[in-house]
Amino acid sequence: MELIKLHGLSAGYESKPVLKGITLDVHQGDFIGVIGPNGGGKTTLLKVILGLLPPWSGSLWYAQDLTHKGHKRIGYLPQDPGLDMQFPVRVKDVVLTGLMQRNRSLFWQGKESKAMQALTRVGMQEWATRSFGSLSGGQRQKVLLARAIADRPALLILDEPDTFTDQRFEQDLYSLLRELNEEMAIIMVSHDLGMISSHVKTIACVNGGLHYHHSNLISQEMLEAYECPIDIITHGHLPHRVLGEH
Amino acid sequence: MDYLSPFLEYAFLRNAILSASLAGIACGLSGSYVVSRRLVFLSGGVSHASFGGIGLAFFLGMHPPLGAMVFAVLSAILVQYLGERHAIRKDSAIGVIWSLGMATGIIFVYLTPGYVPNLMSYLFGNILTVNSTDLWLLGGASALNLLAFVLFYPLVLSLAFDENYARVRQLPVNFLNYLLMALVAITIVTTIRIAGVILVISFLTLPQAIAGIFTRSLAGMMRWSVVLAVLGSYAGIILSYHLDIPSGASIIFTFALMFLIIRLFFMVREFAGRARSKEQIRS
Repeated sequence: MELIKLHGLSAGYESKPVLKGITLDVHQGDFIGVIGPNGGGKTTLLKVILGLLPPWSGSLWYAQDLTHKGHKRIGYLPQDPGLDMQFPVRVKDVVLTGLMQRNRSLFWQGKESKAMQALTRVGMQEWATRSFGSLSGGQRQKVLLARAIADRPALLILDEPDTFTDQRFEQDLYSLLRELNEEMAIIMVSHDLGMISSHVKTIACVNGGLHYHHSNLISQEMLEAYECPIDIITHGHLPHRVLGEH
Repeated sequence: MDYLSPFLEYAFLRNAILSASLAGIACGLSGSYVVSRRLVFLSGGVSHASFGGIGLAFFLGMHPPLGAMVFAVLSAILVQYLGERHAIRKDSAIGVIWSLGMATGIIFVYLTPGYVPNLMSYLFGNILTVNSTDLWLLGGASALNLLAFVLFYPLVLSLAFDENYARVRQLPVNFLNYLLMALVAITIVTTIRIAGVILVISFLTLPQAIAGIFTRSLAGMMRWSVVLAVLGSYAGIILSYHLDIPSGASIIFTFALMFLIIRLFFMVREFAGRARSKEQIRS
Protein backbone atom coordinates (compact mmCIF):
# COMPACT_ATOMS: atom_id res chain seq x y z
CA MET A 1 0.00 0.00 0.00
CA GLU A 2 1.34 3.42 -0.91
CA LEU A 3 1.88 6.04 1.78
CA ILE A 4 3.23 8.89 -0.34
CA LYS A 5 3.34 9.51 -4.07
CA LEU A 6 5.52 12.21 -5.61
CA HIS A 7 5.03 12.72 -9.33
CA GLY A 8 7.02 15.07 -11.60
CA LEU A 9 7.76 17.18 -8.56
CA SER A 10 10.07 20.22 -8.65
CA ALA A 11 11.16 22.33 -5.69
CA GLY A 12 13.85 24.77 -4.61
CA TYR A 13 14.69 27.96 -2.75
CA GLU A 14 13.90 31.47 -4.02
CA SER A 15 14.93 31.29 -7.68
CA LYS A 16 17.27 28.30 -7.35
CA PRO A 17 15.75 24.98 -8.41
CA VAL A 18 17.09 21.95 -6.53
CA LEU A 19 14.75 19.07 -7.35
CA LYS A 20 13.71 18.72 -10.97
CA GLY A 21 10.76 16.56 -11.93
CA ILE A 22 11.28 13.72 -9.47
CA THR A 23 8.95 10.75 -9.05
CA LEU A 24 8.89 8.48 -6.00
CA ASP A 25 6.40 6.14 -4.33
CA VAL A 26 6.82 5.26 -0.67
CA HIS A 27 5.06 2.07 0.42
CA GLN A 28 4.22 0.59 3.78
CA GLY A 29 7.16 -1.43 5.07
CA ASP A 30 9.70 0.40 2.87
CA PHE A 31 13.21 1.15 4.12
CA ILE A 32 14.64 3.56 1.57
CA GLY A 33 18.23 4.77 1.74
CA VAL A 34 18.70 8.17 0.12
CA ILE A 35 22.17 8.87 -1.28
CA GLY A 36 23.61 11.58 -3.48
CA PRO A 37 26.22 14.35 -3.57
CA ASN A 38 26.09 17.42 -1.33
CA GLY A 39 23.72 20.01 -2.73
CA GLY A 40 22.00 17.27 -4.77
CA GLY A 41 18.69 17.81 -2.97
CA LYS A 42 18.54 15.07 -0.32
CA THR A 43 17.49 17.39 2.49
CA THR A 44 15.23 19.34 0.13
CA LEU A 45 13.41 16.11 -0.69
CA LEU A 46 12.88 15.41 3.03
CA LYS A 47 11.60 18.95 3.60
CA VAL A 48 9.06 18.58 0.80
CA ILE A 49 7.81 15.27 2.20
CA LEU A 50 7.61 16.77 5.72
CA GLY A 51 5.55 19.67 4.36
CA LEU A 52 8.15 22.29 5.35
CA LEU A 53 8.81 23.35 1.76
CA PRO A 54 5.94 23.70 -0.73
CA PRO A 55 6.71 22.14 -4.14
CA TRP A 56 6.87 24.42 -7.20
CA SER A 57 5.14 22.01 -9.54
CA GLY A 58 4.15 18.38 -9.85
CA SER A 59 2.00 16.44 -7.44
CA LEU A 60 2.47 15.31 -3.84
CA TRP A 61 -0.08 12.86 -2.47
CA TYR A 62 -0.38 11.49 1.07
CA ALA A 63 -2.37 8.35 1.93
CA GLN A 64 -5.35 8.73 4.23
CA ASP A 65 -3.50 6.55 6.69
CA LEU A 66 -0.67 9.09 6.85
CA THR A 67 -2.80 12.20 7.39
CA HIS A 68 -4.83 11.30 10.41
CA LYS A 69 -7.51 14.00 10.84
CA GLY A 70 -5.34 16.56 9.06
CA HIS A 71 -2.25 15.70 11.08
CA LYS A 72 0.68 14.16 9.21
CA ARG A 73 1.88 11.00 10.96
CA ILE A 74 5.55 11.49 10.08
CA GLY A 75 8.41 11.28 12.57
CA TYR A 76 11.62 13.18 11.87
CA LEU A 77 15.19 13.04 13.15
CA PRO A 78 16.98 16.12 11.80
CA GLN A 79 20.66 16.04 10.85
CA ASP A 80 21.78 18.99 12.95
CA PRO A 81 18.87 20.30 14.96
CA GLY A 82 20.94 23.27 16.13
CA LEU A 83 19.57 23.04 19.65
CA ASP A 84 20.63 25.24 22.55
CA MET A 85 22.36 22.90 25.00
CA GLN A 86 21.75 25.34 27.86
CA PHE A 87 18.00 25.35 27.33
CA PRO A 88 16.34 24.29 30.61
CA VAL A 89 14.52 21.12 29.59
CA ARG A 90 14.34 17.55 30.90
CA VAL A 91 14.72 14.51 28.66
CA LYS A 92 11.11 13.44 29.21
CA ASP A 93 9.80 16.86 28.20
CA VAL A 94 11.78 16.74 24.95
CA VAL A 95 9.98 13.50 24.04
CA LEU A 96 6.63 15.02 25.11
CA THR A 97 7.08 17.81 22.53
CA GLY A 98 6.96 15.04 19.91
CA LEU A 99 3.36 14.36 20.94
CA MET A 100 2.07 17.87 20.22
CA GLN A 101 -0.54 18.11 17.48
CA ARG A 102 -2.10 21.11 15.86
CA ASN A 103 -5.64 22.05 16.94
CA ARG A 104 -5.89 19.01 19.19
CA SER A 105 -3.78 17.58 21.97
CA LEU A 106 -2.25 20.83 23.12
CA PHE A 107 -1.90 19.36 26.60
CA TRP A 108 0.19 16.61 28.11
CA GLN A 109 -2.32 14.94 30.40
CA GLY A 110 -2.20 11.19 29.89
CA LYS A 111 0.75 11.31 27.52
CA GLU A 112 3.58 10.60 29.94
CA SER A 113 3.25 6.85 29.46
CA LYS A 114 3.57 7.25 25.68
CA ALA A 115 6.71 9.35 26.15
CA MET A 116 8.19 6.84 28.59
CA GLN A 117 7.47 3.98 26.17
CA ALA A 118 9.40 5.78 23.44
CA LEU A 119 12.30 6.43 25.84
CA THR A 120 12.34 2.78 26.89
CA ARG A 121 12.44 1.78 23.24
CA VAL A 122 15.70 3.71 22.70
CA GLY A 123 17.06 2.59 26.08
CA MET A 124 17.01 6.03 27.71
CA GLN A 125 14.23 5.55 30.29
CA GLU A 126 16.61 5.93 33.22
CA TRP A 127 17.56 9.41 32.03
CA ALA A 128 13.99 10.71 31.86
CA THR A 129 14.36 13.41 34.51
CA ARG A 130 17.91 14.42 33.60
CA SER A 131 18.61 17.70 31.88
CA PHE A 132 18.85 17.28 28.08
CA GLY A 133 21.97 19.45 27.86
CA SER A 134 23.91 17.17 30.22
CA LEU A 135 23.74 14.17 27.86
CA SER A 136 26.43 13.01 25.44
CA GLY A 137 26.00 13.40 21.67
CA GLY A 138 24.88 9.81 21.15
CA GLN A 139 22.43 9.95 24.05
CA ARG A 140 20.91 13.17 22.73
CA GLN A 141 20.48 11.53 19.33
CA LYS A 142 18.63 8.63 21.01
CA VAL A 143 16.33 11.04 22.84
CA LEU A 144 15.58 12.89 19.60
CA LEU A 145 14.81 9.54 17.97
CA ALA A 146 12.42 8.80 20.85
CA ARG A 147 10.78 12.17 20.16
CA ALA A 148 10.41 11.19 16.48
CA ILE A 149 8.72 7.84 17.22
CA ALA A 150 6.71 8.86 20.31
CA ASP A 151 3.53 9.51 18.33
CA ARG A 152 3.81 6.14 16.48
CA PRO A 153 4.25 7.60 12.99
CA ALA A 154 3.49 5.68 9.81
CA LEU A 155 6.67 7.06 8.26
CA LEU A 156 10.00 7.82 9.94
CA ILE A 157 12.45 10.18 8.26
CA LEU A 158 16.11 10.27 9.34
CA ASP A 159 18.62 12.80 8.00
CA GLU A 160 22.13 11.39 8.45
CA PRO A 161 21.52 9.92 11.90
CA ASP A 162 25.12 8.67 12.10
CA THR A 163 26.96 11.96 11.59
CA PHE A 164 27.90 12.92 15.12
CA THR A 165 27.97 9.57 16.83
CA ASP A 166 30.25 6.68 17.65
CA GLN A 167 30.22 3.11 16.30
CA ARG A 168 28.57 1.67 19.38
CA PHE A 169 25.61 4.00 18.87
CA GLU A 170 25.44 3.11 15.18
CA GLN A 171 25.01 -0.58 15.94
CA ASP A 172 22.26 0.14 18.47
CA LEU A 173 20.63 2.53 16.03
CA TYR A 174 20.52 0.15 13.08
CA SER A 175 19.16 -2.77 15.06
CA LEU A 176 16.51 -0.47 16.49
CA LEU A 177 15.63 0.79 13.01
CA ARG A 178 15.20 -2.78 11.77
CA GLU A 179 12.76 -3.34 14.62
CA LEU A 180 10.89 -0.09 13.94
CA ASN A 181 10.67 -0.95 10.24
CA GLU A 182 8.20 -3.71 11.14
CA GLU A 183 5.76 -0.99 12.19
CA MET A 184 6.62 1.96 10.00
CA ALA A 185 8.19 2.86 6.68
CA ILE A 186 11.62 4.52 6.95
CA ILE A 187 13.43 6.99 4.71
CA MET A 188 17.06 7.53 5.70
CA VAL A 189 19.64 9.88 4.22
CA SER A 190 23.21 8.74 4.80
CA HIS A 191 26.73 9.33 3.55
CA ASP A 192 27.85 5.94 4.80
CA LEU A 193 27.14 3.68 1.81
CA GLY A 194 28.42 0.60 3.62
CA MET A 195 25.84 1.12 6.32
CA ILE A 196 23.16 1.99 3.82
CA SER A 197 23.62 -1.09 1.67
CA SER A 198 23.63 -3.48 4.61
CA HIS A 199 20.51 -2.14 6.29
CA VAL A 200 18.10 -0.56 3.81
CA LYS A 201 15.88 -2.44 1.38
CA THR A 202 15.96 -0.04 -1.57
CA ILE A 203 18.01 2.98 -2.62
CA ALA A 204 17.05 6.35 -4.05
CA CYS A 205 19.84 8.41 -5.57
CA VAL A 206 19.09 12.14 -5.53
CA ASN A 207 21.09 14.51 -7.71
CA GLY A 208 18.68 17.09 -9.05
CA GLY A 209 16.67 14.18 -10.39
CA LEU A 210 15.84 11.01 -8.51
CA HIS A 211 16.76 7.48 -9.53
CA TYR A 212 15.12 4.63 -7.66
CA HIS A 213 16.93 1.32 -7.33
CA HIS A 214 14.88 -1.68 -6.29
CA SER A 215 17.63 -3.33 -4.27
CA ASN A 216 20.22 -2.34 -1.72
CA LEU A 217 23.27 -3.15 -3.86
CA ILE A 218 25.30 -0.19 -4.95
CA SER A 219 27.62 -0.52 -7.89
CA GLN A 220 29.94 1.97 -9.51
CA GLU A 221 28.11 1.54 -12.83
CA MET A 222 24.87 2.40 -11.18
CA LEU A 223 26.30 5.51 -9.58
CA GLU A 224 27.86 6.64 -12.83
CA ALA A 225 24.82 5.93 -14.93
CA TYR A 226 22.71 7.92 -12.49
CA GLU A 227 25.27 10.73 -12.28
CA CYS A 228 25.58 10.14 -8.57
CA PRO A 229 29.26 10.79 -7.92
CA ILE A 230 30.09 9.73 -4.38
CA ASP A 231 32.88 7.78 -2.76
CA ILE A 232 32.15 4.27 -1.66
CA ILE A 233 33.50 3.55 1.80
CA THR A 234 32.92 0.24 3.47
CA HIS A 235 34.26 -1.47 6.54
CA GLY A 236 33.65 -4.78 8.27
CA HIS A 237 31.97 -7.84 6.80
CA LEU A 238 29.38 -6.20 4.66
CA PRO A 239 27.93 -7.29 1.35
CA HIS A 240 29.98 -5.29 -1.13
CA ARG A 241 31.57 -5.44 -4.54
CA VAL A 242 35.12 -4.36 -5.30
CA LEU A 243 35.61 -2.80 -8.72
CA GLY A 244 38.79 -2.50 -10.77
CA GLU A 245 40.59 0.72 -11.69
CA HIS A 246 38.92 2.76 -14.38
CA MET B 1 8.26 44.48 63.06
CA ASP B 2 8.92 48.22 63.07
CA TYR B 3 10.49 47.81 59.65
CA LEU B 4 7.23 46.53 58.22
CA SER B 5 4.62 48.65 60.03
CA PRO B 6 4.73 51.59 57.55
CA PHE B 7 3.70 49.13 54.81
CA LEU B 8 0.42 48.43 56.53
CA GLU B 9 -0.18 52.08 57.36
CA TYR B 10 0.34 53.93 54.07
CA ALA B 11 -1.67 53.31 50.89
CA PHE B 12 1.26 54.14 48.59
CA LEU B 13 3.38 51.46 50.28
CA ARG B 14 0.58 48.92 50.01
CA ASN B 15 0.32 49.79 46.30
CA ALA B 16 4.06 49.33 45.96
CA ILE B 17 3.89 45.83 47.48
CA LEU B 18 0.90 44.89 45.32
CA SER B 19 2.52 46.16 42.13
CA ALA B 20 5.75 44.31 42.94
CA SER B 21 3.78 41.08 43.33
CA LEU B 22 1.99 41.54 40.00
CA ALA B 23 5.16 42.56 38.16
CA GLY B 24 6.93 39.55 39.70
CA ILE B 25 4.35 37.19 38.22
CA ALA B 26 4.41 38.83 34.76
CA CYS B 27 8.18 39.24 34.56
CA GLY B 28 8.96 35.86 36.14
CA LEU B 29 6.96 34.12 33.38
CA SER B 30 7.79 36.33 30.37
CA GLY B 31 11.41 36.60 31.47
CA SER B 32 11.87 32.81 31.54
CA TYR B 33 10.69 32.69 27.93
CA VAL B 34 13.05 35.57 27.06
CA VAL B 35 16.07 34.01 28.80
CA SER B 36 15.52 30.46 27.53
CA ARG B 37 15.11 31.64 23.93
CA ARG B 38 18.00 34.11 24.26
CA LEU B 39 15.84 37.14 23.52
CA VAL B 40 17.44 39.36 26.19
CA PHE B 41 18.95 41.81 23.73
CA LEU B 42 15.66 42.02 21.81
CA SER B 43 13.81 42.77 25.05
CA GLY B 44 16.31 45.48 25.94
CA GLY B 45 15.71 47.00 22.51
CA VAL B 46 11.94 46.92 22.97
CA SER B 47 12.08 48.63 26.37
CA HIS B 48 14.31 51.43 25.07
CA ALA B 49 12.23 51.80 21.89
CA SER B 50 9.17 52.40 24.08
CA PHE B 51 10.76 55.66 25.28
CA GLY B 52 9.94 57.05 21.82
CA GLY B 53 6.27 56.47 22.62
CA ILE B 54 6.63 58.11 26.02
CA GLY B 55 8.16 61.24 24.41
CA LEU B 56 5.50 61.38 21.71
CA ALA B 57 2.72 61.05 24.30
CA PHE B 58 4.21 63.92 26.34
CA PHE B 59 4.37 66.06 23.21
CA LEU B 60 0.76 65.32 22.26
CA GLY B 61 -0.42 65.68 25.86
CA MET B 62 -1.54 62.04 26.06
CA HIS B 63 -1.09 59.32 28.69
CA PRO B 64 2.64 58.27 28.40
CA PRO B 65 2.15 54.52 29.15
CA LEU B 66 -0.21 54.38 26.15
CA GLY B 67 2.49 55.70 23.81
CA ALA B 68 5.03 53.33 25.35
CA MET B 69 2.69 50.37 24.77
CA VAL B 70 2.18 51.20 21.09
CA PHE B 71 5.91 51.73 20.44
CA ALA B 72 6.96 48.59 22.34
CA VAL B 73 4.52 46.22 20.65
CA LEU B 74 5.17 47.67 17.17
CA SER B 75 8.96 47.48 17.54
CA ALA B 76 8.79 43.90 18.85
CA ILE B 77 6.65 42.87 15.88
CA LEU B 78 8.90 44.77 13.45
CA VAL B 79 12.07 43.02 14.65
CA GLN B 80 10.33 39.63 14.52
CA TYR B 81 9.13 40.36 10.97
CA LEU B 82 12.53 41.57 9.71
CA GLY B 83 14.28 38.59 11.30
CA GLU B 84 11.85 36.18 9.66
CA ARG B 85 12.38 37.77 6.24
CA HIS B 86 16.16 37.88 6.70
CA ALA B 87 15.87 41.46 5.43
CA ILE B 88 18.47 42.62 7.95
CA ARG B 89 20.55 40.89 10.63
CA LYS B 90 18.33 40.54 13.67
CA ASP B 91 20.78 42.02 16.15
CA SER B 92 21.43 44.99 13.86
CA ALA B 93 17.68 45.58 13.65
CA ILE B 94 17.52 45.53 17.46
CA GLY B 95 20.36 48.07 17.66
CA VAL B 96 18.42 50.36 15.32
CA ILE B 97 15.09 50.27 17.18
CA TRP B 98 16.93 50.59 20.53
CA SER B 99 18.67 53.86 19.64
CA LEU B 100 16.01 55.21 17.28
CA GLY B 101 13.36 54.85 19.99
CA MET B 102 15.50 56.71 22.53
CA ALA B 103 16.34 59.44 19.95
CA THR B 104 12.67 59.91 19.09
CA GLY B 105 11.79 60.20 22.77
CA ILE B 106 14.53 62.73 23.49
CA ILE B 107 13.51 64.93 20.53
CA PHE B 108 9.83 64.96 21.53
CA VAL B 109 10.62 65.65 25.19
CA TYR B 110 12.81 68.56 24.04
CA LEU B 111 10.03 69.90 21.79
CA THR B 112 7.39 69.64 24.53
CA PRO B 113 6.83 73.16 25.87
CA GLY B 114 7.45 73.72 29.57
CA TYR B 115 8.59 71.28 32.24
CA VAL B 116 8.08 67.56 31.61
CA PRO B 117 6.90 65.97 34.84
CA ASN B 118 7.89 62.45 35.91
CA LEU B 119 10.50 62.12 33.18
CA MET B 120 12.99 60.61 35.62
CA SER B 121 10.44 58.09 36.85
CA TYR B 122 9.96 56.80 33.29
CA LEU B 123 13.70 56.41 32.86
CA PHE B 124 14.49 54.85 36.24
CA GLY B 125 11.09 53.88 37.62
CA ASN B 126 9.40 54.73 40.90
CA ILE B 127 7.37 52.08 42.63
CA LEU B 128 6.25 54.51 45.34
CA THR B 129 4.11 56.57 42.91
CA VAL B 130 2.19 53.65 41.40
CA ASN B 131 -1.52 54.51 41.01
CA SER B 132 -4.63 52.41 40.47
CA THR B 133 -4.40 52.61 36.65
CA ASP B 134 -0.89 51.17 36.82
CA LEU B 135 -2.12 48.41 39.11
CA TRP B 136 -4.91 47.47 36.70
CA LEU B 137 -2.44 47.37 33.81
CA LEU B 138 -0.04 45.19 35.81
CA GLY B 139 -2.92 42.93 36.82
CA GLY B 140 -3.92 42.53 33.18
CA ALA B 141 -0.34 41.78 32.14
CA SER B 142 0.10 39.10 34.80
CA ALA B 143 -3.26 37.53 33.90
CA LEU B 144 -2.21 37.33 30.23
CA ASN B 145 1.15 35.84 31.24
CA LEU B 146 -0.53 33.20 33.41
CA LEU B 147 -2.90 32.33 30.57
CA ALA B 148 -0.13 31.99 27.99
CA PHE B 149 2.61 30.31 30.00
CA VAL B 150 0.69 28.13 32.43
CA LEU B 151 -2.30 27.02 30.36
CA PHE B 152 -0.36 26.66 27.10
CA TYR B 153 2.94 25.55 28.64
CA PRO B 154 3.40 22.48 26.38
CA LEU B 155 2.94 24.65 23.30
CA VAL B 156 5.38 27.30 24.57
CA LEU B 157 8.02 24.69 25.47
CA SER B 158 7.72 22.97 22.06
CA LEU B 159 8.19 26.29 20.29
CA ALA B 160 10.97 27.62 22.52
CA PHE B 161 13.03 24.41 22.59
CA ASP B 162 12.93 23.52 18.89
CA GLU B 163 11.10 25.84 16.51
CA ASN B 164 11.83 23.65 13.49
CA TYR B 165 10.38 20.55 15.07
CA ALA B 166 7.32 22.55 16.11
CA ARG B 167 6.89 23.29 12.40
CA VAL B 168 7.16 19.58 11.60
CA ARG B 169 4.41 19.00 14.18
CA GLN B 170 2.38 21.62 12.22
CA LEU B 171 2.08 23.94 15.23
CA PRO B 172 1.27 27.61 14.42
CA VAL B 173 4.89 28.70 14.89
CA ASN B 174 4.81 32.14 13.23
CA PHE B 175 1.59 33.16 14.93
CA LEU B 176 2.93 32.09 18.34
CA ASN B 177 6.24 33.90 17.82
CA TYR B 178 4.41 37.17 17.20
CA LEU B 179 1.92 36.61 19.99
CA LEU B 180 4.54 35.82 22.63
CA MET B 181 6.76 38.70 21.50
CA ALA B 182 3.79 41.06 21.86
CA LEU B 183 3.15 39.65 25.34
CA VAL B 184 6.79 40.25 26.31
CA ALA B 185 6.45 43.85 25.05
CA ILE B 186 3.28 44.38 27.12
CA THR B 187 5.01 42.95 30.19
CA ILE B 188 7.99 45.27 29.69
CA VAL B 189 5.85 48.39 29.32
CA THR B 190 3.73 47.70 32.38
CA THR B 191 6.88 47.12 34.44
CA ILE B 192 8.49 50.38 33.27
CA ARG B 193 6.51 52.21 35.98
CA ILE B 194 8.48 50.24 38.56
CA ALA B 195 11.93 49.87 37.08
CA GLY B 196 12.07 52.40 34.25
CA VAL B 197 13.06 52.06 30.60
CA ILE B 198 16.73 51.53 31.44
CA LEU B 199 16.46 49.05 34.31
CA VAL B 200 13.39 46.97 33.35
CA ILE B 201 15.46 44.32 31.56
CA SER B 202 16.87 43.11 34.87
CA PHE B 203 13.35 42.13 36.02
CA LEU B 204 13.28 39.78 33.02
CA THR B 205 16.77 38.36 33.46
CA LEU B 206 18.10 38.45 37.04
CA PRO B 207 15.46 36.28 38.78
CA GLN B 208 15.77 33.85 35.84
CA ALA B 209 19.56 33.76 36.15
CA ILE B 210 19.19 32.87 39.84
CA ALA B 211 16.56 30.19 39.11
CA GLY B 212 18.77 28.80 36.33
CA ILE B 213 21.40 27.89 38.93
CA PHE B 214 19.27 25.15 40.46
CA THR B 215 16.40 24.28 38.03
CA ARG B 216 16.40 21.82 35.13
CA SER B 217 13.15 22.62 33.35
CA LEU B 218 11.50 25.69 31.88
CA ALA B 219 8.53 25.19 34.24
CA GLY B 220 10.91 25.13 37.20
CA MET B 221 12.61 28.30 36.00
CA MET B 222 9.21 30.01 35.63
CA ARG B 223 7.99 29.00 39.11
CA TRP B 224 11.19 30.01 40.89
CA SER B 225 11.60 33.22 38.89
CA VAL B 226 8.17 34.38 40.05
CA VAL B 227 8.99 33.56 43.68
CA LEU B 228 12.42 35.20 43.53
CA ALA B 229 11.18 38.28 41.65
CA VAL B 230 8.39 38.86 44.20
CA LEU B 231 10.56 38.27 47.29
CA GLY B 232 13.45 40.31 45.88
CA SER B 233 11.10 43.19 45.08
CA TYR B 234 9.68 43.18 48.63
CA ALA B 235 13.18 43.28 50.09
CA GLY B 236 14.17 46.00 47.61
CA ILE B 237 11.16 48.17 48.46
CA ILE B 238 11.78 47.90 52.22
CA LEU B 239 15.42 48.79 51.64
CA SER B 240 14.45 51.68 49.37
CA TYR B 241 12.00 53.11 51.96
CA HIS B 242 14.31 52.92 54.94
CA LEU B 243 17.51 54.03 53.17
CA ASP B 244 15.64 56.62 51.07
CA ILE B 245 17.13 55.42 47.75
CA PRO B 246 15.38 54.97 44.33
CA SER B 247 13.17 51.86 44.35
CA GLY B 248 14.04 50.44 40.92
CA ALA B 249 17.77 50.51 41.56
CA SER B 250 17.30 49.17 45.08
CA ILE B 251 15.29 46.15 43.85
CA ILE B 252 17.85 45.33 41.18
CA PHE B 253 20.64 45.61 43.73
CA THR B 254 18.76 43.11 45.89
CA PHE B 255 18.38 40.73 42.93
CA ALA B 256 22.12 40.89 42.27
CA LEU B 257 22.87 40.24 45.94
CA MET B 258 20.52 37.24 45.91
CA PHE B 259 22.28 35.91 42.81
CA LEU B 260 25.68 36.14 44.50
CA ILE B 261 24.52 34.48 47.73
CA ILE B 262 22.73 31.60 45.98
CA ARG B 263 25.56 31.03 43.49
CA LEU B 264 28.02 30.94 46.38
CA PHE B 265 25.79 28.55 48.33
CA PHE B 266 25.65 26.05 45.46
CA MET B 267 29.38 26.40 44.80
CA VAL B 268 30.18 25.59 48.43
CA ARG B 269 27.74 22.68 48.40
CA GLU B 270 29.26 21.26 45.23
CA PHE B 271 32.75 21.68 46.65
CA ALA B 272 31.75 19.97 49.89
CA GLY B 273 30.11 17.13 47.95
CA ARG B 274 33.26 16.60 45.92
CA ALA B 275 35.46 16.60 49.02
CA ARG B 276 33.20 14.04 50.67
CA SER B 277 33.26 11.68 47.68
CA LYS B 278 37.07 11.96 47.59
CA GLU B 279 37.20 10.97 51.25
CA GLN B 280 34.95 7.99 50.57
CA ILE B 281 37.27 6.82 47.83
CA ARG B 282 40.24 7.10 50.19
CA SER B 283 38.58 5.16 52.99
